[in-house]
Amino acid sequence: MTLEKENTQVKNVLDKVTILYAGDSGDGIQLIGNQFTNNTALYGNDLSTFPDFPAEIRAPLGTLAGVSGFQINFGNSSIFTPGDLCDVLVAMNAASLKKNLSRLKKRGTIIVNTAGFDKKNLRLAGIDPADNPLTNSSLEGFKVHEIDITKMTRENLKESSLGSKERDRCKNMFVLGFIYWIYNRSLDSTIDFLERKFKGKQEVLQANLKVLKSGYHFADTSETFSNRFEVKPAEMQPGKYRNIVGNQATALGLIAAAHRSDMNLFYGGYPITPASDILHELAKHKNFGIKTFQAEDEIAGVCSAIGASFGGDLATTASSGPGIALKGEAIGLAVMMELPLVLVNVQRGGPSTGLPTKTEQSDLLQAMYGRNGEAPMPVIAAQSPSDCFEMAYEACRIAIEHMTPVFLLTDGYIANGAEPWKFPSAEALKPIVLKVKDARAEEDAPYLPYKRNEDLVREWAVPGTAGAEHRLGGLEKDKETGNVSYDPENHQEMVKIRAAKVNRIAKHIPKQELDSGTTSSKLLILGWGSTYGSIKTAAKELQSEGVDVAHAQIRYIHPFPENLGEILSNFDKVIIPELNDGQLIKLIRDRYLIDAKGLNKIKGLPFRAQEIKEEVLNHLK
Amino acid sequence: MPEVLKEKEQKKLSAKDFASDQDIRWCPGCGDYSILKQVQSVMPELGIPKEDIVFVSGIGCSSRFPYYMNTYGMHSIHGRATAIASGLKASRPDLSVWIITGDGDSLAIGGNHFIHLLRRNFNVNVLLFNNQIYGLTKGQYSPTSELGKKTKSTPAGSLDHPFNPLALSLGADATFIARSIDREPKHLKEILLRAERHQGTSLVEIYQNCNIFNDGAFSTFTDKTNKKENSVYLEHGKPLVFGAELDKGIILDGFHAKIVSLKDDNVSIDDLWVHDETDRNKANILVRFFEDNATDADARPRPFGIFYQEERGTYEDSLSQQLEQEVELKGAPDLNKLLAGANTWKK
Ligand SMILES: Cc1ncc(C[n+]2csc(CCOP(=O)(O)OP(=O)(O)O)c2C)c(N)n1
Ligand code: SF4
Ligand SMILES: [Mg+2]
Repeated sequence: MTLEKENTQVKNVLDKVTILYAGDSGDGIQLIGNQFTNNTALYGNDLSTFPDFPAEIRAPLGTLAGVSGFQINFGNSSIFTPGDLCDVLVAMNAASLKKNLSRLKKRGTIIVNTAGFDKKNLRLAGIDPADNPLTNSSLEGFKVHEIDITKMTRENLKESSLGSKERDRCKNMFVLGFIYWIYNRSLDSTIDFLERKFKGKQEVLQANLKVLKSGYHFADTSETFSNRFEVKPAEMQPGKYRNIVGNQATALGLIAAAHRSDMNLFYGGYPITPASDILHELAKHKNFGIKTFQAEDEIAGVCSAIGASFGGDLATTASSGPGIALKGEAIGLAVMMELPLVLVNVQRGGPSTGLPTKTEQSDLLQAMYGRNGEAPMPVIAAQSPSDCFEMAYEACRIAIEHMTPVFLLTDGYIANGAEPWKFPSAEALKPIVLKVKDARAEEDAPYLPYKRNEDLVREWAVPGTAGAEHRLGGLEKDKETGNVSYDPENHQEMVKIRAAKVNRIAKHIPKQELDSGTTSSKLLILGWGSTYGSIKTAAKELQSEGVDVAHAQIRYIHPFPENLGEILSNFDKVIIPELNDGQLIKLIRDRYLIDAKGLNKIKGLPFRAQEIKEEVLNHLK
Repeated sequence: MPEVLKEKEQKKLSAKDFASDQDIRWCPGCGDYSILKQVQSVMPELGIPKEDIVFVSGIGCSSRFPYYMNTYGMHSIHGRATAIASGLKASRPDLSVWIITGDGDSLAIGGNHFIHLLRRNFNVNVLLFNNQIYGLTKGQYSPTSELGKKTKSTPAGSLDHPFNPLALSLGADATFIARSIDREPKHLKEILLRAERHQGTSLVEIYQNCNIFNDGAFSTFTDKTNKKENSVYLEHGKPLVFGAELDKGIILDGFHAKIVSLKDDNVSIDDLWVHDETDRNKANILVRFFEDNATDADARPRPFGIFYQEERGTYEDSLSQQLEQEVELKGAPDLNKLLAGANTWKK
């Protein structure tokens, strides 16, 4: 494609731009969002995305409930969040404008498909047709570009043999082409994508290509926009990059850990939003010998994984709140049997079915304490889409090296969000030390499956190992033989040993670091998991405005890094922003006896940096 | 597969080699003892090294079983042995996996995993210890207790219609369905051998007397005086004959199984229903020989033996094949390629 070179218009150079694509869930919004993301990544910008879709697969057409959105923030320097407010809102119908107008900056740009503002669409959006926002003055102050995208798409495909529904489905390509022109992009990555997606469906392929190019040319010739914009590639650490979505990164982390430890990867699970994509991604790579097992429910998912772990596999499962609740009893069994097991909880709004497609961090205490009896296990959390890779890898490493189930917490926000990732080479991955028992002579003293090393880790003898036959189970075990024991002293000791074993993992995880600021800063913003980007952005902005704050993001929650207490002791004020009603704060107050203050957002949405800044400033008044 | 799984030398084992050093904690007189004994005695005949055998159980009196076997074992959680064994077998098709479960464990709390295990057809053996009661929790009725059962939790009698475990299994497309009983050791042993040899999930329902909470539940099939009148032992290719003097038989009249007397001049042994393990339709009729033999005068004798057996690919074989195909299709695994994905750029 050389289209962009023909153009002579002036370019406006911008530092960063936030675009929100919004439309009906049938409008193909996620697809163009992802296309634009890949294109932006290849162009060299840093970026962060936030897909936001309805819980219903086919919510009533044209309604507020059916609005699907995809926000992308891209720029010429580091980007950590999908952006608070947008510069550009693409609204394919009245409902999507109504729902998202409050997310647009003052004097922002709106691109509307006028066909989505007819009487019917207005009514479906709950707008009085006499009060059409396109004709009344409610959009004053915004730059509004009205295009009848539906009509132009039909016009383009007059000669196509496709049915009218299929033709109309191409209208998202018009928008994409249009935006590509505005941001001075090449169409190549999308042309490649369409050619792969519609291989063998020539009619559909040609229709999509035609409409894509037509959107591009329309932007060029219609002079809707007098200027094109350019966001220059970002300065990033040298290296090779790719674009990655959180759930995909989690799956790759599991695969990489299996590869590095020379183990077979087993995944047992049951579909649930927003965790299913981990299963989908793993199932794509069965040539790696990955055994994915779609079980009859979450209980069978985790139990099959426990069986596979007993058999010597790297066993994993993933789910979200409701499914994790079902797995609880079996996780306790894994704690008792001291077998490696990785559990990913892609958190979503709760309780109960809650807000399936919305994000939340409200399962931290469930991960910490959601089992009967004293059942401690390591809990770690990923802080960004690409960090899901590293933390999934870490979860496996800890599980294998310390013979324990491990919880990895991610959430809908980072699981579906994307960012550029400087991916590692296989050779650069941290080694994972797998020690399984060798065959032993029967005549030796009886095998002691619960004998421990200096880290209190017991030995892993898998079936097939002669001379090490032993029985595991959920009943309390004698501290060495592993035989059933009801001895009171033994029970107390075993409870303490299991706890100490998990605590000792602190020796084998990275020390806590400040992400920005210094230990003499006036206030520490302490976050965990997916709030990283928002807090980082807030902290940087505050610092550049002369406010002396520090930021630390916890990824290892149980056990905490050994030096966390020491870091905390430097600050008079600690604020803990969480997307829940206050969970990490309970752990911090309990452990370090400090008077940390919470900032809690429980709306199913990530923090805006602005919200964190305001809270910090309030505390420094 | 981990390094440790090296070539093994086979040595001759005896039943004693399969007994662990743990004291057995079942009540004296419990039917579980006899089942344990038969299982231990059948093990050496399988020719499988004991480190390659795994017993997985749920929770219940019967589920203590793995502790008494000197093999690998897991006494897991209530109802989930079937799910755990599925994962184990998927990961390690080389192992001989035995599931030990009770009527509550497999058909109440574990009912869901039970039917899914059967339809998937992992090559495992399920020994369902049916004592028609919850033993471990001290005597509540179970999903196999007869209607009107009076127990601690149902002093006025139970209200729910019981499961017919074999009909349920056939409905779930099990590929091997058999019934035996604790008091017929020879028969039990024979069935266990056949179960292990079957490629696929072998479901063996074993009537087991709980002499504490449900004593005599199966006395109609064990008491010397009438057991022969109340039970019929199935043998492939042989006619269905029963009775103390082997003087009764069963004929198939359309879909109806009728009891006939061989003393009757009009009936000869050649007229009788000949058992065919591979005939699913006949198995469907046989599993429905389920009347209450103690109270129902028209009851047909309760069948024991292998009701049905079919060859169907196992889950783990299909899985292995699929993994191989994927390598052919997508090439050998290359982690660096996977991490890079389809589109990369340099900075
Ligand atoms: C989740 C859970 N619920 C309940 C129990 C209590 N419980 C243990 S065994 C059992 C019933 C056992 O009956 P069955 O499976 O028939 O085994 P049996 O003891 O008769 O051999 C129950 C209800 C438990 N251990 N776990
Ligand atoms: S309670 Fe019944 S089933 Fe349990 S051990 Fe005693 S006799 Fe056996
Ligand atoms: Mg029972």
